[in-house]
Amino acid sequence: MKKLSKTLRSTLSTYALIIIAFIVVQVLMGADLISNSLQGQLVPICAYVCLAVSLNLVVGISGELSLGHAGFMSVGAFTGVIVAACLARAGVEAELVLFVVSAVAGALVAGIVGLLVGIPVMRLRGDYLAIVTLAFGEIIKNLLNNFYIGVDNAGLHFSMQNSSSLGMEQGTIIVNGPQGAVGIDKISTFVGGVVLVLITVAVVLNLMHSRSGRAIMAVRDNRIAAESVGINVTKYRLMAFAVASALAGAAGVLYAMNYSTIIPSQFDFNTSILILVYVVLGGMGNIRGSIIAAAFLTVLPELLRAINDYRMLIYAVVLILVMVVPNLKAYQRLVDMVRVRILKRDAAEQAPAAAEGGEGHE
Amino acid sequence: MSKLTDFGKARRETTKMVPVPSHSIMPERDLGQAPALECLHLGIDFGGLKAVDDFNITVGKTEICGLIGPNGAGKTTVFNLLTKVYQPTRGTIMVDGQDTAGMSPARVNQLGVARTFQNIRLFDTLTVEENVRIGLHNQVKSGMVSDILRLPRFWKAERDFHEKALWYLDIFDMAKYADWTAGSLPYGAQRRLEIVRALATGPKLLLLDEPAAGMNPSETAELMENIVKIRNMFNIAIMLIEHDMNLVMNICEGICVLNFGKIIAKGTPEEIQQNPQVIEAYLGAGAHQGEKGGEAA
Ligand SMILES: Nc1ncnc2c1ncn2[C@@H]1O[C@H](COP(=O)(O)OP(=O)(O)OP(=O)(O)O)[C@@H](O)[C@H]1O
Ligand SMILES: [Mg+2]
Repeated sequence: MKKLSKTLRSTLSTYALIIIAFIVVQVLMGADLISNSLQGQLVPICAYVCLAVSLNLVVGISGELSLGHAGFMSVGAFTGVIVAACLARAGVEAELVLFVVSAVAGALVAGIVGLLVGIPVMRLRGDYLAIVTLAFGEIIKNLLNNFYIGVDNAGLHFSMQNSSSLGMEQGTIIVNGPQGAVGIDKISTFVGGVVLVLITVAVVLNLMHSRSGRAIMAVRDNRIAAESVGINVTKYRLMAFAVASALAGAAGVLYAMNYSTIIPSQFDFNTSILILVYVVLGGMGNIRGSIIAAAFLTVLPELLRAINDYRMLIYAVVLILVMVVPNLKAYQRLVDMVRVRILKRDAAEQAPAAAEGGEGHE
Repeated sequence: MSKLTDFGKARRETTKMVPVPSHSIMPERDLGQAPALECLHLGIDFGGLKAVDDFNITVGKTEICGLIGPNGAGKTTVFNLLTKVYQPTRGTIMVDGQDTAGMSPARVNQLGVARTFQNIRLFDTLTVEENVRIGLHNQVKSGMVSDILRLPRFWKAERDFHEKALWYLDIFDMAKYADWTAGSLPYGAQRRLEIVRALATGPKLLLLDEPAAGMNPSETAELMENIVKIRNMFNIAIMLIEHDMNLVMNICEGICVLNFGKIIAKGTPEEIQQNPQVIEAYLGAGAHQGEKGGEAA
């Protein structure tokens, strides 16, 4: 096969981007060129990239608006913390095992919660998902604010009043109401974060370029036509939503395990909107765009720390510019010009290939 | 143009229409088999408007049937009822002998009803091949887990999808467009792609809503040949809505005329052309012109 198909090329370049970015960061760290504060941001960056990519599955690929992605992140985060604490108490010491098991548990629980939230909504026609996910995000935050969970030799204890009502002897408190999860093992690493990014991207891209993914995109592009060719609309909307929720759950675990404490109010509406901003800026359905936007916008405030006073101002200006510029006539004309050039070149390349006829796909 | 009149002649020589119990007609060759479609007292109201009322029809297993009528007569609404885009207010729809009451649009398609749309509904951002692959959704199986983990089942499915998609595209000589974005196709090709996508679902009854709209005469002539060709290839029933009388009168074996949501006439093209009610309601001078045009060619 002389020429790789377009999708394969774009898929490979997405993986290449992640791996190159990883290598560059490792080299810079080796040369001691990365500030401490930025090093502390590496894991959160990975988590936000995962969140943006997974939200893109809902917003870009499935074409539904979700305003509660941080809610699924927090479900995953708290599940992961609890599982890790229980495992640690049971004597598991290997950090890799702790991390993998809690990430899987976080993904599973968040995925199941996604299904439960999605089932009633997806049966309805219309854009109810935005409203329901918005409510879900707030509800989960307030619920977690009232959760007291601890573990002792007798097992897991749960209360919704206060930590003393847990009735434990010599136990450890894992979740302490509004103070959140405390005493977390900080086992997230940058390498683990990059691996999770790769897994998230692989899941989303593999799903996208498959029978299921095409069905999801068909429903997005034209619901009536999708139904007319026998596609179960509810099933595929739900599939995209639940998979995205599960991936957000895993990202939540990665995020939580980077700190010693996390509080429920960290995962609020603002966080959901922030993730949505990454997706919109990176482009709907554009996975590579989500990665770049999430990484860039998380790093930017850190890079601007040197000019501390104007930091947030510049951040805001950049955000506005990125939103406004693509809609300017002059910019669009420029892009069109470049695109025509590239198309011409591509067409010249493709003409002989097309003449040969039926070329293999993938 | 000579080809066009040939269709009419061939049809007149080979098709004999006979009455069947629900006061409709079907080709003699389809008698004794469950009809592809049977509607009994089908109707739907939009507010006070009876958009379709007391619609009775029987379409034979391999019949090409025309549904005609003036603008706003309710033709597209009938298709929307048959495919459950709208749930009927009253009446029964039987597909291949099975009652479709309460079924979803997707379920009705799985039962064997596929359609095209008057206002084209392609998956615009996807390629031509992907559009057909989506049409093949229920013909080739692979689940979410094997899709995500790229298990052997996924690769086998992708090979099947590719082969079958190109095979279906070839019927309409469209394999050369496989990598184009569906939205960027010329208008006529978009209409043909919709037919290919519908065919790919493996229907027993194919519903075409104004397939020749916006096509030039040579494209229309090619389309007529193709409609007859796919009927003969797949042995399926085809029901079509069309304003182009030349097409309808030449390839349809049975015709049903709708006006203000009610059937005003059913019969062979010859009977319809001579029916005074039809001439008054709809055909008028157009029919005679069409006939003359056909003879002159
Ligand atoms: N969803 C709807 N709600 C209300 N009225 C509707 C709806 N769909 C169709 N109608 C009405 O039903 C009538 C029949 O419409 P329909 O589209 O079936 O006509 P048609 O025979 O296909 O006409 P054309 O030849 O112009 O395509 C029209 O009066 C239309 O306004
Ligand atoms: Mg119509």
